[in-house]
Amino acid sequence: MPDEDASNERHDRDKRPAFGESTRRTFLSRLGMASLLASAGPVTTAFAQRSMKEPLPSSVSKDAVPVTLTVNGKKHDLRIDPRTTLLDCLREHLHLTGSKKGCDHGQCGACTVHINGRRVNSCLCFAAMHEGEEITTLEGIGQPENLHPVQAAFVACDAYQCGYCTSGQIMSAVALLKEPCGPEDADVKELMSGNICRCGAYPNIVAAIQNVRQNAKQPKAG
Amino acid sequence: MKTFALTRASDSAQAIAAAAKATTAQQGAEIRFIGGGTTLIDLMKLNVEQPKTVIDINRLPLDKIEALPDGGLTIGAVVRNSDLAYHPLVRKNYAVLSEAILSGASAQLRNMATTAGNLLQRTRCMYFRATDMPCNKREPGSGCAAITGANRSLAILGTSEHCIATNPSDMNVAMAALEATIHVRGTKGERSIPIADFHVLPGNTPQRETVLEPGDLITHVTLPPPAPGGRSLYLKLRDRASYEFALASAAVVATVVDGKVTRARIALGGVGTKPWRSTEAEGELTGQPATQAVFQKAADAALRDAKPQSENGFKVELAKRCLVHALKLATQPA
Repeated sequence: MPDEDASNERHDRDKRPAFGESTRRTFLSRLGMASLLASAGPVTTAFAQRSMKEPLPSSVSKDAVPVTLTVNGKKHDLRIDPRTTLLDCLREHLHLTGSKKGCDHGQCGACTVHINGRRVNSCLCFAAMHEGEEITTLEGIGQPENLHPVQAAFVACDAYQCGYCTSGQIMSAVALLKEPCGPEDADVKELMSGNICRCGAYPNIVAAIQNVRQNAKQPKAG
Repeated sequence: MKTFALTRASDSAQAIAAAAKATTAQQGAEIRFIGGGTTLIDLMKLNVEQPKTVIDINRLPLDKIEALPDGGLTIGAVVRNSDLAYHPLVRKNYAVLSEAILSGASAQLRNMATTAGNLLQRTRCMYFRATDMPCNKREPGSGCAAITGANRSLAILGTSEHCIATNPSDMNVAMAALEATIHVRGTKGERSIPIADFHVLPGNTPQRETVLEPGDLITHVTLPPPAPGGRSLYLKLRDRASYEFALASAAVVATVVDGKVTRARIALGGVGTKPWRSTEAEGELTGQPATQAVFQKAADAALRDAKPQSENGFKVELAKRCLVHALKLATQPA
């Protein structure tokens, strides 16, 4: 399978401009192919196992390590491959699919979770390194019947379109409320710049966050 | 990603002894310390880094920021970038460092990335990151695809015919202007390395980026006391307003008395193969009036040896203007 991919890639490349003439577009697409190819080994193994309808935990290698993770206040005893990122662990082992995989390289923010109350990119964490820490995901900050103020504000302000980045946006926004952030929209934009929204819902995302910050400042009625 | 053994160091001595078994501490090291993981895990996913053993040093007691008796500051190796940038003493005495860190990456990454990890941040050169491309840094002797390829973001200072990869760190540029000292503990004991000597030029061995040897553990970084009456700032120019690497940046630490520059420390980012301290620019400034003409002379001196590539010639002028503007901002009356 990897060899087949590699030969397709070579074949593809023959049709492209020679290296020195490669355009930005062909170069970038080749880079995308390169990163796919680079991970072809483990990916194809995982796919093969999944297509054999084996349950996911059986994909854990012999190098698996025991780890106890505390997620949304609940402890989980797991055996995981050390390569397992916190993001994959949350999604594939704990079935907490609120955290999303976008770029898987810390560039898009869709995987944002909190560790000990601070926002991080869970795709760039090895899960086994986070034993004993408080991990909070989107599932841990609010529920449909009891939304976090940031979640309610995202609904009220229509702060999303396709919704794929939304969980990361919300996790970032919740953390931002406790960070040193100036009062202006520009300050919010700067501190939210690690969360990319391809739909471009940025103005409404900023509005939602500013609404929550304004409401937090006003004294509560009664 | 290749398989590896993940271990946690219970103390520095154990971490050092374990890591000393590697044949190199540079590109291709079989044993890697892991701090925030923002560079290492990224590169492991790309198979650019394939360590057999990863040693978690996050629980070592290297997480403090403390004032030194001489008025300087000591910063632990695993202090997070966000904690460093927002620390009251850093904001008060080393504004350039706070601004540089906050201009880099995202809030999430700054919460993860460590001081030592940032010192060792790897280049963003696309050819280094793509394992099917030639790259002398990743695979010595395979050639440099960037010199004839997409090199718009790459270096114009300190390059060689074998490598033009830019050092991507903002923090390092501020550390260079602040004349930070990097403290390392290794198999032969402790040593202190001025940041100017910590990163090495690519030359014939671009796979070698620092003076670190197997087993070397960065324990902390110290900053000298701030110069009396000095001001500092970081100016970063890039393709986007936020969350983007520098095309050119300038760290300026300057003291002006009666309109004359009495002391200046200058470093440039986004243009060098290492954090680029410019003693040439400092020489043009010291003892001279703080005027546009003097700033221009300093900028010309800083970029005199620039070797632009096919796509990054614009960086020569951009870096000059960046430095001139940073000097103007840093020296104008408060």
